[in-house]
Amino acid sequence: MNVGIVGYGAYLPKHRIKVEEIARVWGADAPSYKKGLGLREKSVPALDQDVITMSVEAARNALARSGGVDPREIGALYIGSESHPYAVKPSGTIVSEAIGATPAIHVADFEFACKAGSEGMFVAHGLVKAGLIKYGIGIGADTSQGAPGDALEYSAAAGAAAFLFGSDNLLARIEHTFSYTSDTPDFWRREYMHYPQHAGRYTGEPAYFKHTIGATEGVLERSGMKPSDFQFAVFHQPNGKFPMRVGKMLGFSHEQMEAGWLSPTLGNTYSGASPIGLSAILDVAKPGDKILMCSYGSGSGSDSFVFTVTERITEVQGLAPKTRYMLEHEPIYLAYGEYAKFRRKIRKAE
Amino acid sequence: MRDVAIVGVGIKKWGELWEQSLRNIFVDSALAAIDDAGANRIDSMYVGCMSGGLFVGQEHLGALLADHLGQGPIPGTRVESACASGGVALRSGLLEVASGASDIVLVGGVEKMTDVSGDEATYALATASDQEWEAFNGVTFPGLYAMMAVAHMHKYGTTREQMAAVAVKNHFNGSLNPLAQYPHPTTVEAVLGSVLVADPLHILDCSPITDGAAALILCPADKAAEFSGTPVRIIGSGFSTDTIALHSRADLSSLDAVTRAAQKAYEMAGKSPADIDLCEVHDCFTIAEIMATEALGLVEIGQGGKAAEAGETAIGGRIPINTSGGLKSKGHPVGATGVAQAIEAVEQLRGGAGERQVEDARVAMVQNMGGTGASAVVHIMEAM
Amino acid sequence: MSSARAWREYPQRYRYEAAVCDQCAKWFFPPRLVCDACGCREFTTKAMRRTGKVLTYTVIRVPPAPFKDQAPYVVAIVQMDDGPRLNVQVTDFVDGQLKIGLPVSLEFRKIYEEGEAGIINYGYKAVPV
Repeated sequence: MNVGIVGYGAYLPKHRIKVEEIARVWGADAPSYKKGLGLREKSVPALDQDVITMSVEAARNALARSGGVDPREIGALYIGSESHPYAVKPSGTIVSEAIGATPAIHVADFEFACKAGSEGMFVAHGLVKAGLIKYGIGIGADTSQGAPGDALEYSAAAGAAAFLFGSDNLLARIEHTFSYTSDTPDFWRREYMHYPQHAGRYTGEPAYFKHTIGATEGVLERSGMKPSDFQFAVFHQPNGKFPMRVGKMLGFSHEQMEAGWLSPTLGNTYSGASPIGLSAILDVAKPGDKILMCSYGSGSGSDSFVFTVTERITEVQGLAPKTRYMLEHEPIYLAYGEYAKFRRKIRKAE
Repeated sequence: MRDVAIVGVGIKKWGELWEQSLRNIFVDSALAAIDDAGANRIDSMYVGCMSGGLFVGQEHLGALLADHLGQGPIPGTRVESACASGGVALRSGLLEVASGASDIVLVGGVEKMTDVSGDEATYALATASDQEWEAFNGVTFPGLYAMMAVAHMHKYGTTREQMAAVAVKNHFNGSLNPLAQYPHPTTVEAVLGSVLVADPLHILDCSPITDGAAALILCPADKAAEFSGTPVRIIGSGFSTDTIALHSRADLSSLDAVTRAAQKAYEMAGKSPADIDLCEVHDCFTIAEIMATEALGLVEIGQGGKAAEAGETAIGGRIPINTSGGLKSKGHPVGATGVAQAIEAVEQLRGGAGERQVEDARVAMVQNMGGTGASAVVHIMEAM
Repeated sequence: MSSARAWREYPQRYRYEAAVCDQCAKWFFPPRLVCDACGCREFTTKAMRRTGKVLTYTVIRVPPAPFKDQAPYVVAIVQMDDGPRLNVQVTDFVDGQLKIGLPVSLEFRKIYEEGEAGIINYGYKAVPV
C-alpha cells in the first residue's frame, strides 16, 4: 500500500523582528550575529497567536489541498511542539474540534524539542500504513522563546505546518523513513521554567550534525539512493547556517536545498522548521520530484523521510496560501518593545 | 386608562459622591420628590437601576429602598433595561397609575458607580451588550457607538466637528445647571484635542461615570390639584426593543427602536415633532444625540450633526435639545438618567428652569435608551 | 467566563456553524430557536463561509481588563458573504489598509485568557483577504 501526503499546509505569523533590533537592545554586534547565525530576521507570534491557532490554520490549509477529505474520516491528529499553550490540556483536542474531526479520532500532543513535528508526521503516516486509520494529520508548530539577550533570542520564531496522510489521492508518496536517536543533552527546559537552556557549541557537532547525518545516511542506505537522486532536500533549521552546512557535508547542493531553506528570514520555528521547509518545497515541486526531509530535535534525534511527488501536486499548490507568500507578503516589523510585549517578556502588575 | 400627572420631583447634585451610599442618594432624592408633591403616602414604587449587583453588590433594591424610605409595606421593585432603566421605570409607574391599580406611585432611578474601579465599571456597563457575541470580542460601549459614528459619517458625511458641537452645546447647558456633574463649558478644539477612547470618539464625546439618583411622584391627573407641586401631564409613552447586538441591525446608522417608541408616543399624545418645544435625549455619546434627534423626527435623517453645529438644538434654537446639559455634562448614573430627563422636562414645563428656561415651553419630550438602542423609551409631557 | 459557558459556543467560535431556516432560508449566526423572519422553528446546521467585508470599525484604546495587553485593537462589524453579520476583531492589516468595504476572512485566534492560570478562549478574528 502506498502511503503519503494527501494535503499539506503551513501558517506563518505576519510579524517580524530584525536581528539589528534585538542586537541594538542588548548592545550586541548585529553584523556578527547575522553572519554567525546566517539569519536576518525572524517571525513573531502576535498576542492572539499560539501553537493551537497556527495549527488550526495550517490544518485547514492542508484540508483545502486534500481534494475534499471529510474531516470526520481523520482517525488521528498529532501536534508536535515544545510550546503547547497548556501544560495540562491537549492542543490537539482544540485543533481537532476546530477542523471538525471529533469525536472518532485519536489525539496526542508530542514533545521532542524541535523534532516533535516530524514525530507527529511519522506516527500519523505509520498508523495509515498499518491500516488502523484512513487519514491522519501530523503537525509541527512552535512559538518558542529564547531568553532575552541569549543567542537563541535572535532565532526563536513561530510557525506551523500540517500534513494529512492517507493511502489514496496522494500528492507525495512516502518511500522510506529512518529515525536516529540517542541521549544527548544539548538543550532542555525544565518544568515551570520559562526559557530553555542550551549547551553552547556542544549543540553542534555531537548533537545537530551527528543525528542529522545519521538519519540522512540511514534513509539513503535504506532507499539505495544518493544525494544527486533528489530534486530537493530540507533539514532542520536552527539558524541559517547549520542546514546548508550539514547538507553540503552530506553531498547536497545549494540548489537542492534552497526552496526549503527559510530560516534566514523566518528564524527557527522549532518543531515547525523542517515541516514548514517541506511545505515550501511542495509549493514548487513537480510530479516525479524526489524530496528528502530530515528533522532534528535536541535530546536528541532525527527523523528522515524520502518523498516522491505525484501528478496531483500541480492541482493543489494553489488551493491554499503558499509558504513563501506568507513569509514574504507584507510582513509587519516590530520594535523590541512591542516584541517584548507580544512575547510577554515584560513584568506587569499582578 | 386614566390620565397621569407628575406632581413632584426630586434630584440632588450628581457626581462622585464618595461620602454617600446607594441607599442614601436614592432616599435623598425620593424624599425631595415626596416633599415637592406634598404627598402624605406612597402606594407603590418603581426604581430604575441598571446594575446594583455589579456596582455595589446589592440586588433586591425594591425592598431595600422602600424600607429605607420609610415606606416599608408598599410594593416596590427594581426595573432594569440597562441605561433605559429609569425611563422604563417611569413607564411602569405610569401604567400602574393609568390602570387604576394605584394612585400615588414613586418612580425613582439610582446608580452608584464609583464604588468600583474603572475596569469594573466598564465591565458592568458592557453587560448591556451581547456578552457572547459582542463583549466576548473586547468591544466596549464607546466602541459600539464609535462604529455607529463611523457608519453615520460614511453614510451622511457627519463630521468630527459636528459631534464635538454636541458636547460643546451640552456642556454650555450644563454650566447653567447647578446640579450637573461637569458644569464646565468646553470648546470644539478641547473635545477634538482630548484623548481618543474608540476612534473617532474622544473622551469628551463620552458621558461620565456618575453617582446619582432622581425621583418623581405620579398620580391621576384629576387628583393633581390635591398635591402642592405644579403638575405636568404625561400625554405620550412609547417603548420598543431592537436586537441587542448592534451588528444584527439592518441599518447601523439609525436608532430604529427610538423611532418606533417615538411613533407610539406621538400617536398617544396626538402630537407631531413640530409640537415639541424641547427634548431631553440620551446623549451617552455625542453621536447618540445626533442619531436620537433624527430618530425622534426632530431633525431630518442624516442632518443631526449639521443641526447641532448650526445651533438649531441650542437653547433659543429651533428645537432645544438637552437643556439640562444632557448625560454629557449633567452626568450619567445609568439607572437614574431616564428619571432625571423627565425631571428636566417638568422643570421646563413648570417654567422653573432658571437660566436654562426655554421660552413658552408647553410640550416636552424625553428619550432614554439602553445598550446601543436595543431598549428605547420615549415620553411626551405637557404643561397643565 | 466558566469553561462550560465557553465550550457551549465552540461550534460557532471554531467552525462557524450557523442555522439556516428550513422555511425561508435565512441564516442565523449564532443559531436561534425561532426564525425572526418567518417564525419557523426548524433549522439546518451549515458552516458559514469565512469571507466577508467590513461595514464599520473602530479602534479600541480603552479596553476591558482581559484585553489590556492587546490594545489598541480594531473591532469591526463584518457582513459575511453568507448573510449574517458579526462583531469581530480585525487584525494583521498594514497601514492604510483598514477601510469600510475591506474584504476579510476569519482566522482562528486567541480572543482572551482567563488570567495566567485560567482557560484560554479561542475564536475568530478577521484578517484582510
